Amino acid sequence: MSVLSNSKPETGSFFQRDLGWHPPAFAPQYKTSVLRAPQKALISLDNTLSEITGPVFGHNILGEFDNDLIHNFAKPGESAIGPRIIVYGRVLDERGKGVAGALLEFWQANAGGRYRHRKEGYIAPLDPNFGGCGRTITDEEGNYSFRTILPGPYPWPNRVNDWRPSHIHFSIFGHGFAQRLITQMYFEGDPLIWKCPIVDTIPGREAIEGLVAALDMEATLPMDARAYKFDIVLRGRRSTMFENRLEGS
Amino acid sequence: MAQPLGRLKESASQTAGPYVHIGLTPNFAEIEGVYEADLGISMVNDKTRGERITVTGQIFDGSGTALKDAMVEIWQADAEGLYNSPAEMRGSADPNFTGWGRSPTNMQDGEFRFETIKPGRVPFRDGRLMAPHITFWIVARGINLGLSTRMYFADEEAANAEDPVLARIEHRVRVPTLLAPRDGNGYRFDIHLQGDKETVFFDI
Ligand SMILES: [Fe+2]
Repeated sequence: MSVLSNSKPETGSFFQRDLGWHPPAFAPQYKTSVLRAPQKALISLDNTLSEITGPVFGHNILGEFDNDLIHNFAKPGESAIGPRIIVYGRVLDERGKGVAGALLEFWQANAGGRYRHRKEGYIAPLDPNFGGCGRTITDEEGNYSFRTILPGPYPWPNRVNDWRPSHIHFSIFGHGFAQRLITQMYFEGDPLIWKCPIVDTIPGREAIEGLVAALDMEATLPMDARAYKFDIVLRGRRSTMFENRLEGS
Repeated sequence: MAQPLGRLKESASQTAGPYVHIGLTPNFAEIEGVYEADLGISMVNDKTRGERITVTGQIFDGSGTALKDAMVEIWQADAEGLYNSPAEMRGSADPNFTGWGRSPTNMQDGEFRFETIKPGRVPFRDGRLMAPHITFWIVARGINLGLSTRMYFADEEAANAEDPVLARIEHRVRVPTLLAPRDGNGYRFDIHLQGDKETVFFDI
């Protein structure tokens, strides 16, 4: 709560989601979507209190190494293998306002492209010092940062020779449950971005480029870690709720 | 030409992929020692007011197979119908109830499970009361944009009959897909992604 205490909570409805900008549920190039895509039209629902409210996560839930994937699973004195990077940016809403107190959770493969998961079948080895998850909470202006290693690309069962570009999965909580979002961050210059069926579920090039983090040499720590800047945009909201509140209620 | 509105576009969604449990419920995914406990595992404590219920269910794909790699989040009001959120302007919610829960679907049969309380009624936009309900958000491999739906309580017949959101559903034959039947000490809410029993999903 403390991070939000200086600002009056906003209670307006969120802007209508642009479903033509997001990937459609049914995207047959990504085979798993075929049996998991709802086939009937979504019922549109202007936000009620159930959508404009949402949980708050305090900085007190965070451990010292939650935003450091190089060390949060490593044995004392050791660190994860791979190119060291810093990922930083802002969480904004569609009005360009920073989103304070947003919980970001992220997960990724290790430098060889292998996930630490029971069902993972790729032959690349596990790194005993890399778990693959982390989290942080944005500051008053919506800024965040964390440290990790550059994840490797990996093959996956879709067509016989599909490879995921290097990516980090992000889960984001804004201020209302209707802002809930999961997405993926890609890395500038990776040629696999434009060959990936999952990236290709997004209809427009501009929307894809919005998920590609930029290499930032100015924010790079010399002799330590390169920096990538990745801003995330959540839905904006109208300024007040109940603009059209009916009489007599 | 006119002045630009200067709005940004929402970041495009991408699937949570097959390893969402690593990121959101790492202890469940056997990545122990990074976080003390998985977030959203516990919604109540021994002081929480209201009727204790267990909500369970499975998520079925178009072949009738239960998803074992999904992640479900719920958001609900407390027993008085208040949300534990800064945007709740009507009063203070029960401090011993988070209102938010997260559950993986398990690796055995794909069941999700929440230990929670039955929510009170919350007003709709025009002040009419909605029936007690729990908001669901579902992500998984193969789901490109998280799916939003609501669970209502099948035994709240009178409240459900006057619920303004349920009233929006043109094809009345689909309404029962949102009504969870009583099941022992709780409610059972099975979700169908496709087919004759396809659950009503909302664009919120
Ligand atoms: Fe991945």
